[in-house]
Amino acid sequence: MIGALAPASLIYPAKSALGNISQAPDSAPGGNRIVSLLEIKNLHVRASGHEILKGIDLAVNAGEVHSIMGPNGSGKSTLAQVLSRRESYEVTGGEILLDGKDLLAMKPDQAACEGVFMAFQYPVEIPGIGNAYFMRTALNAIRKYRGHDELDAIDFLPLFREKLKLLEMDEKMMSRSVNEGFSGGEKKRNEILQMAVLEPRLAILDETDSGLDIDAMRIVAHGVNAMRSPDRAMIVVTHYQRLLNYIVPDFVHVLVDGRIVRSGGAELAHELESRGYGWVEAEARQVAPASA
Amino acid sequence: MAVESAQLETYLETFTDLAKETAQETPPWLRDLRDRAFARFCEVGFPTTRDEDWRFTNIAAVARTSFRLPRDNRDRLPQTDLAAWRMEGAAAQLAFVDGRFMPQLSSVGALPAGVTVSSLHDEIVRGTPLIAEHLGRYLDIDRDPFSALNTAYIEDGAYVHVRSGIVLERPIHLLFIGTGGESPAMTHPRNLIIVEEEAQASILEDYVSIGAETPALSNAATELVAGNNGNVIHTMIEREHLSSFNFSTLRIEQARTANVASHSVLLGGALVRNNVHPVLNGEGGECLINGLFVGSGRQHLDNYMLVEHAKPHCASRQFYNGILDGHSHGVFHGRIIVHRDAQKTDAKQTNRNLLLSDDAQIDTKPQLEIYADDVKCTHGATIGQIEENALFYLRSRGIGESDARRLLLQAFAGECLDRMKPGAARDYAEAAIRARLLIPGEDASTDHRSEGGPGRRWEEVG
Repeated sequence: MIGALAPASLIYPAKSALGNISQAPDSAPGGNRIVSLLEIKNLHVRASGHEILKGIDLAVNAGEVHSIMGPNGSGKSTLAQVLSRRESYEVTGGEILLDGKDLLAMKPDQAACEGVFMAFQYPVEIPGIGNAYFMRTALNAIRKYRGHDELDAIDFLPLFREKLKLLEMDEKMMSRSVNEGFSGGEKKRNEILQMAVLEPRLAILDETDSGLDIDAMRIVAHGVNAMRSPDRAMIVVTHYQRLLNYIVPDFVHVLVDGRIVRSGGAELAHELESRGYGWVEAEARQVAPASA
Repeated sequence: MAVESAQLETYLETFTDLAKETAQETPPWLRDLRDRAFARFCEVGFPTTRDEDWRFTNIAAVARTSFRLPRDNRDRLPQTDLAAWRMEGAAAQLAFVDGRFMPQLSSVGALPAGVTVSSLHDEIVRGTPLIAEHLGRYLDIDRDPFSALNTAYIEDGAYVHVRSGIVLERPIHLLFIGTGGESPAMTHPRNLIIVEEEAQASILEDYVSIGAETPALSNAATELVAGNNGNVIHTMIEREHLSSFNFSTLRIEQARTANVASHSVLLGGALVRNNVHPVLNGEGGECLINGLFVGSGRQHLDNYMLVEHAKPHCASRQFYNGILDGHSHGVFHGRIIVHRDAQKTDAKQTNRNLLLSDDAQIDTKPQLEIYADDVKCTHGATIGQIEENALFYLRSRGIGESDARRLLLQAFAGECLDRMKPGAARDYAEAAIRARLLIPGEDASTDHRSEGGPGRRWEEVG
């Protein structure tokens, strides 16, 4: 298991709209093993007839930020999709535990209510549903699941305004349809805005940096960093090292051909930036020559 | 199809009885109109699917049922509480029970001078000259047997008259209640709406049923006359029970630069045919023809649009959205006729459909007949399902599957609502749609729809 390092910046959310999320027990009954926030064990996943993930093991503790890097087609996005419970992927082996609970048994909405949030690589446009209404509906679904009262539009407004400010978004975004006609940067900011409103226990950022200019990237990273907390874990999926200059991870894992072939600290990302993915891919082939 | 002899006998009997009963109060011009219409109906009978205008809608169930005029229970007030059908903020509400005006259930508050809202029957008896001038002048009884049948049985309905320059901002609510007797009943509500030059009005027709689910035929017709530069919003909500046959025809006559919006919301009924027939008969007129139909079970909802451009520089926009579940069947027939003189016509037509089940069906048919050479006519139709990507996106944020589906339906239906002018009539239509889609009401209904975004004004949509 990977040890727990304190994240570089700790910014506590000023106010939680969700109340307390069920905390992971410090020790399992009858034992004294520390339960990770997320544990992925020997995960095998198929999609459209191909094996994409070929045995992933990963443990993520509360308070940590992990980055999953890898070349195109290595299975990064598949891992993110499986964690958010997209049903078009077939899990053929292994397990995923979220705070000790079987994540693979959960539907997408239940996983979200248990604290999983994925910022989409390609956020979906939903004409006809206002952004604020959408977020309030989502927040209330999660609050209801956790036994909290629902927020009406009046109660929701100050919270929403505060988060808009964090992401430097215009208040007009409240009444516009979800992602409809948004620029690429606006869509990504809108994802982080949702994350800020929903305050997940596990946040997964799926290539949130792709297509962002440097200004948008800074704003997004600022939003993400503001959400780092000892109660929360993050998985940042990215192809490029650039985002990791702004969101400094505690751990970096390199995914090649459906396996994690290397793990290290933030310095690993810099090494990948300067040397490319070729050397890890070559190493991976030496370790597992029969995998193809 | 000739009317089957047994049924023809019933129609003949009811027609003769009605003529006898109302002989005293019926002016000769109306008797002639009724006679002509009845003769026309007997001549052509009910249409069949061999008729191009009825290709997708089989009305055999209507043709073989013996409907009678509900004479016995006409003065019996319904015991049901009508509170659910009161419109907040209406200028007036006229209630009709089985086709007959019920003053006890109606409320006409203080209306501006120059506005008349009353029962057509009362105005006929009173000999109001405008009625003789306009009634039956626009509706085409030769083309449509149901219009002929309605005209043959003209007896009551709403009469709305707004004099030149008068602006009536609050809507007029016309509530048509079918009570469902022991045997199949038919009603033929007939409405006449005259909004003169530079005047403005909003009228909402609301078709509901109470009591037993006996098969019933509601065959309504409305003639709407918009004078020069007049501004009229017409909204129709149809939510009768699932044994009813609801036929309605809205014939709109638009003068120079008149602006008319027709909004149709079809939610109930077993077999529904919604005819909207505007004639842009003055230069520079604009007409918005907007609709939503929601079907489930075995409902059949047919929308037949006939948009006639008769003069130059007119614009028409048709937008119909359909949501079909179960074995329901929807039809959108969008016919546009551009007459020879109607140069610079700008006509658009869009029909979008969501099919929620494998057995639901939609027939959508554009039909453009263009006799002018400098016009812009476009049409488009889409048929789709709930988008899985959007569904997953909502669910990934914690929204349960059924709520997420409803939210997407609400958004799709919202396109129709967005094209209505904000106000009492839209709020009322929205509540009916929400109830149909099982969407809970909003405590503060301010943020549920997108506003101000691009592409929401009707002339820009589509």
